[in-house]
Amino acid sequence: MVLVFSDNKNITIEMLSKATELAKEDKSKTTAVIIGKKDENLSKEYISYGADKVINVESNIESYKAEEYTEILKQIIDETKENIILIGSNKNGKELSARLSGILDCGCVVDSNNIYFKDGKLTAERTVFSGKSIAVNQFNSKRAIITIPSKAFDPNKKDEKRKGEIIDKKIDAKQTKSKNIKEQSLKTEGVNVEDAEIIVSCGRGLKNKEDIKIVQELADVLKGHTVGCSRPIAADLKWLPEEHWIGLSGHKVKPKLYIAAGISGQIQHIAGMRDSGVIVAINKDKDALIFNSADYGIVGDLYDVVPKLTNAIKQKMG
Amino acid sequence: MNIIVCAKQIPDISEMKIDTSTNKPIIKGTPQIINDIDKNAMEEAIKIKEKHGGKITVLTISPDDCKERSKELLAMGADEAVIVKAPENIDYHMTAQLIVESVKKIKEYDLILCGEASVDLFSGQIGPRVAGLLDIPQLTYALKITSEKDKIIAERNTGDKIVTTESKYPALVTVTKEINEPRLPSLMQILAAANKPINEWAYDSLKKDLSSYVETIDLKGVKMERKNIIFENDLDESVNKLVDNLAKDGVIGG
Repeated sequence: MVLVFSDNKNITIEMLSKATELAKEDKSKTTAVIIGKKDENLSKEYISYGADKVINVESNIESYKAEEYTEILKQIIDETKENIILIGSNKNGKELSARLSGILDCGCVVDSNNIYFKDGKLTAERTVFSGKSIAVNQFNSKRAIITIPSKAFDPNKKDEKRKGEIIDKKIDAKQTKSKNIKEQSLKTEGVNVEDAEIIVSCGRGLKNKEDIKIVQELADVLKGHTVGCSRPIAADLKWLPEEHWIGLSGHKVKPKLYIAAGISGQIQHIAGMRDSGVIVAINKDKDALIFNSADYGIVGDLYDVVPKLTNAIKQKMG
Repeated sequence: MNIIVCAKQIPDISEMKIDTSTNKPIIKGTPQIINDIDKNAMEEAIKIKEKHGGKITVLTISPDDCKERSKELLAMGADEAVIVKAPENIDYHMTAQLIVESVKKIKEYDLILCGEASVDLFSGQIGPRVAGLLDIPQLTYALKITSEKDKIIAERNTGDKIVTTESKYPALVTVTKEINEPRLPSLMQILAAANKPINEWAYDSLKKDLSSYVETIDLKGVKMERKNIIFENDLDESVNKLVDNLAKDGVIGG
C-alpha cells in the first residue's frame, strides 16, 4: 500500500503518479490523505489523478505543527498498514517525515526524485555533497518514508470517471507543550523563481542595493522578468527577500537560461542552479569558480558587462 | 539550563575531489570539519548559557576519529564533550537512536540544539527524529531564539512563512545558518579546552542490536558537462559573441 500526503495540492498530484506506478509493482493500492477541513472536491480530484482511496481528516488543529500531524498520520498508518509513505518535500513535509520515521521506527530518504524497486527492495536516489554525487539508497526496513520535491514527477492524466473511495475521519490530536503564536507571510511580491524560464541572478559583485535595477533591466529585456540572487544578497545584506534566494538552503531552479552576474560560484549556490539549461557567468575575477559551471562566461565587471548585454539583447530582439 | 548540542563531523565538500574516470567523489582523504550549522547551534547554546547559567554538553556520533573536532567546540564554550564511536554503515535511524540513548545517559537536559541539517547530505532528519523518539516538541529552522526561564520561543523559516513557535522545556531546536555568527575561540580558550573532559562511549554499550534501515549502495558520479566558453578580451566583441551564441542555442529571442 502506498500512502501520499502533502499540504501542497500540486505536489500531492505529482506524487500520485509515482504512487500509482509503485502500487502497480507492489500489487497494492494508493491512498491520499487530506488533513484540515472536509473537502469533497479535492478528494474527488485526487481520485481523478490516481488515488484509490482518500482519507479526509478533520481535526482540532488550528495551524500546522509537526507534533500533531505526526500523531494523525501515525494513527492512520497504524490502521491502514501502508508500507510506502510519500510526503511532499517542502520544509513542513521534511520535518514531519523525519519525526514520523523516528516514531514509526522506519527508514526515511528526503528529497528523492528517482524511486524504483531494485532486487525486490525499494530504492530512492537523492543528490548529496552539494550536487557532486547521487546517493543510491536502499531500504532494509519494512516500512519506508520518502519525501518528494515539487516537479519531480509528471502527474497522471486526469480521469474524471475514475472511481475511488472517500473516507471522512475525525481525529483530534492531543495537546502538546508547544504552540504557534505568530505567522508572517514571506511572499512579498509573488515571485516564484522555481517556475521561471529565464533568471538573471546577482551576488556579492553588487555594490549597492539600488544597483539591483541593472540586473532587473536585463531580466526585463529577456522577458524573463525574474531576478535571483546568491546567499549574501538575501540572507546577509537582505537587499532582496528570501523568495529570490537560489542555492542549497534557498530555492532550487531549472530555467532554460540562467545568468549569474557577480556571483563567485560557491558550491552551495551551484547546488541550486546546476540543472539549468544554459548557464552564463559574468565575473571580474577570471579564476572565479562560477566559470567552471558555465556554458558561456564573460570576464568583466558586471557594472560594465550587464548594461552592454542588455543593450545588445534589446537590439537583437528588436 | 542544561543544554546538549549535537554536532556532526563531515567531509569538507569544497575540498572534495572527483575521480576523473568515474566522476565519483573521492571521500577518503577529504579533510574533516565540523558541520558549519552545528557551530551556529553551539553559538546559540553559549548565548543561552550566558543568560541563564548552566552547562553545555556537545555530543558527536561518528564512525571516524573526531576528537580534534570536539576540542574545537570545547574551545568555543562547551563544558564537556561526549563522543560515541559508531559503526561504519550508520544511517539516520541508528544515529538518532544513539543520540537518544546518550541523552538518557546524560540525564539532565532542558534543551537540545542542532543545525537544521548537515551541509554534506542536507537531509535534516536527525533533529526531528530525536525529538519524536524523546516525545518532546521540535522547533525547526530557527532564525532567532529567545530563551526565557520557563519557555523557549523560536522564529522559524518554513519557506513561505516565518512562524513563531513557543514551547516549554524540554524541547529540541534546530537552527539555520542565518541565526548568528559563530565566535572564534581565543588562544587562551583553545589551550583551556585541553583540560575539559571528553567522554568516549562505545555504541554497543548504549544500544544493542542496532542495524541500518537505509543503506547507501552506491555514490554515483554526476556529469557536469558545460561548454565553458569564456570571452575575456574586448568587451563589446564578447557581448556580441555571447548574444549570438544564446540566439543559436534558442534561449533568447523566442
